[in-house]
Amino acid sequence: MEIMYFYLLAAVAVASGFMVVTCKSPVNNAIALMMTFVCLANFYVMLDAPFMAAIQIMVYAGAILMLIIFTIMLLNLGTAVARKGSHSVVWATVLALLIAMQGYFVINRGEVSGITGEITGEMVKKVGHTELIAKSLFTDFLLPFEIASILLLVAIVGAVIIAKKEV
Amino acid sequence: MLDNYLPILVLVAIAFAFAAGSVVFSRLVGQKKPSVVKLAPYECGMPLFGTARDRFSIKFYIIAMLFIVFDIEVVFLYPWSVMFKRLGMFGFAEMGVFIVILFVGYVYVWKKGALEWE
Amino acid sequence: MNDILITLLIIIIKLGLIFAVVLTMAAYLVLAERKILARMQLRYGPNRVGPFGMFQPVADLIKMLTKEDVCPAGADKYLFLFAPGLAAVTALMSLAVVPFGPTIEIFGQQVPQVVCDLNIGVLYFLGLSSLAVYGIALGGWASNSKYALLASIRGLAQLISYELSMGLAVVPIIMAARSFSLTDIVMAQESLPFVLIYPETFLIFFVSVAAESKRIPFDLPEAENELVAGFHTEYSGMRFGLFFVGEYINMIILGSMTTIFFLGGWHGPLLPPIFWFLFKVLGVAFVFIWMRGTMPRFRYDQLMHFGWKVLMPIALLDVVVRGGFMVWSLGG
Repeated sequence: MEIMYFYLLAAVAVASGFMVVTCKSPVNNAIALMMTFVCLANFYVMLDAPFMAAIQIMVYAGAILMLIIFTIMLLNLGTAVARKGSHSVVWATVLALLIAMQGYFVINRGEVSGITGEITGEMVKKVGHTELIAKSLFTDFLLPFEIASILLLVAIVGAVIIAKKEV
Repeated sequence: MLDNYLPILVLVAIAFAFAAGSVVFSRLVGQKKPSVVKLAPYECGMPLFGTARDRFSIKFYIIAMLFIVFDIEVVFLYPWSVMFKRLGMFGFAEMGVFIVILFVGYVYVWKKGALEWE
Repeated sequence: MNDILITLLIIIIKLGLIFAVVLTMAAYLVLAERKILARMQLRYGPNRVGPFGMFQPVADLIKMLTKEDVCPAGADKYLFLFAPGLAAVTALMSLAVVPFGPTIEIFGQQVPQVVCDLNIGVLYFLGLSSLAVYGIALGGWASNSKYALLASIRGLAQLISYELSMGLAVVPIIMAARSFSLTDIVMAQESLPFVLIYPETFLIFFVSVAAESKRIPFDLPEAENELVAGFHTEYSGMRFGLFFVGEYINMIILGSMTTIFFLGGWHGPLLPPIFWFLFKVLGVAFVFIWMRGTMPRFRYDQLMHFGWKVLMPIALLDVVVRGGFMVWSLGG
């Protein structure tokens, strides 16, 4: 039952991902992207990571995609944008292959291989996903966490400077 | 895991069925007499003027951008807020540094006048 | 297999009941609003259909179902069809995590009075409320109307701005209950509702919720005298109906969330829990209606100033002060 749901979801995710790159109208691209995000959130839930699922929806679908749609609305890119040049296709393929390889290695190092780290699937079920994230985020990954705040600060400054060049 | 979320799947199905069903039903029951004037976008009865696909103030873009940044800040607050007791004073200090750094950004935005609407 | 069928049956019965109750409530909330507003303005309000206008919602439904479904020329057809559905579905989906009462026993089986008690209930609600923005955005954009586009861009900026303070105002509550589960949050208020412990957080939350509900004084996305009917100017018939129903269901959801987070959920003396819950939700809804009867509309610059320069910093300060106090008092 669950495996069937997984394949259904995977099919939808891939199809909507495909639509993101092929649809002509930018708004439809954005909607397809939203569909992909929702599928991803479902995957997170199936992986016992409900917190990640909530973040996926809140940050990606709720904020980042919102910015994309907002930009499309503000600039009125409603009609199809002419596409020309295909040099990016090569790079995209290379990038996609790299990511696929990375995914392959990550999966092979996971629980499938029998080599498990400190945190296992059972532990996530027992302690709770959010709690584990909080614990590692605020102890082991303290520095990246604080650097993230600086990164966000840079993003704020950048956004204001781009938008208010004349100031 | 899916067991917990099964009701939500059922709910999504029912909600979509409700939305689609009511519209389809109204299509079947409702009348259909389109005319050029009726289909024109509403503009107080005047002839159409310009297009509705116009560009907007950059202000809105800044708001959306700032929203992303502060939304991420709020999201970081959530794991801390359930675990704050275990993380203790140290965790609070970490969160404090995080909030202060972003608050600097907030003050910058304010001083730059990006929050002004005139 | 039998087990799955039984769980499925329980789910469907629960959902069916909740759907029926909430849709009826939404329909009668419209009537109640019209009646109360009318009384506040020394009018009678609808009183022709049935005794005291009791059948007005039925008449409205029939009218909306039989209206012509107009899709304006130049509109993005699929998005135009999709947007109202999205608005209604996102509103309806939040119902899944609302706990109406404590777990009760029926035929020896423990039946919780909530469709599913997620351990991330709060985040589920916040995530859905951030998705709710899309109904407005897409609806207004797809209409190919200037009023609708203006309204949806305004509405977008308003909703995301106030979402921040809403998200921040929830943090002290999560800290106090130490859980994202809405049932746990209600349980934590057994002796004292959080509104008495965190009055300022309640105020921040309530103002943000009022802004999220897109009602007066925050009804900029549908400001009648500037933007005709706002983002749903071009919508007619049942599509408009879906937006409308979604809005009132949203009002019930926001009322429920205020009840759960601050007013102690189903806790209350004497009466059965579910009555207390409904009573509190309707109370919050009444305050929304009352506000509509009393207040003028914000100007857009005032609205954005208030959201970003007043509410946001206060909410952040509240989190820091309350958080610091809680860490300190628990001997961190």
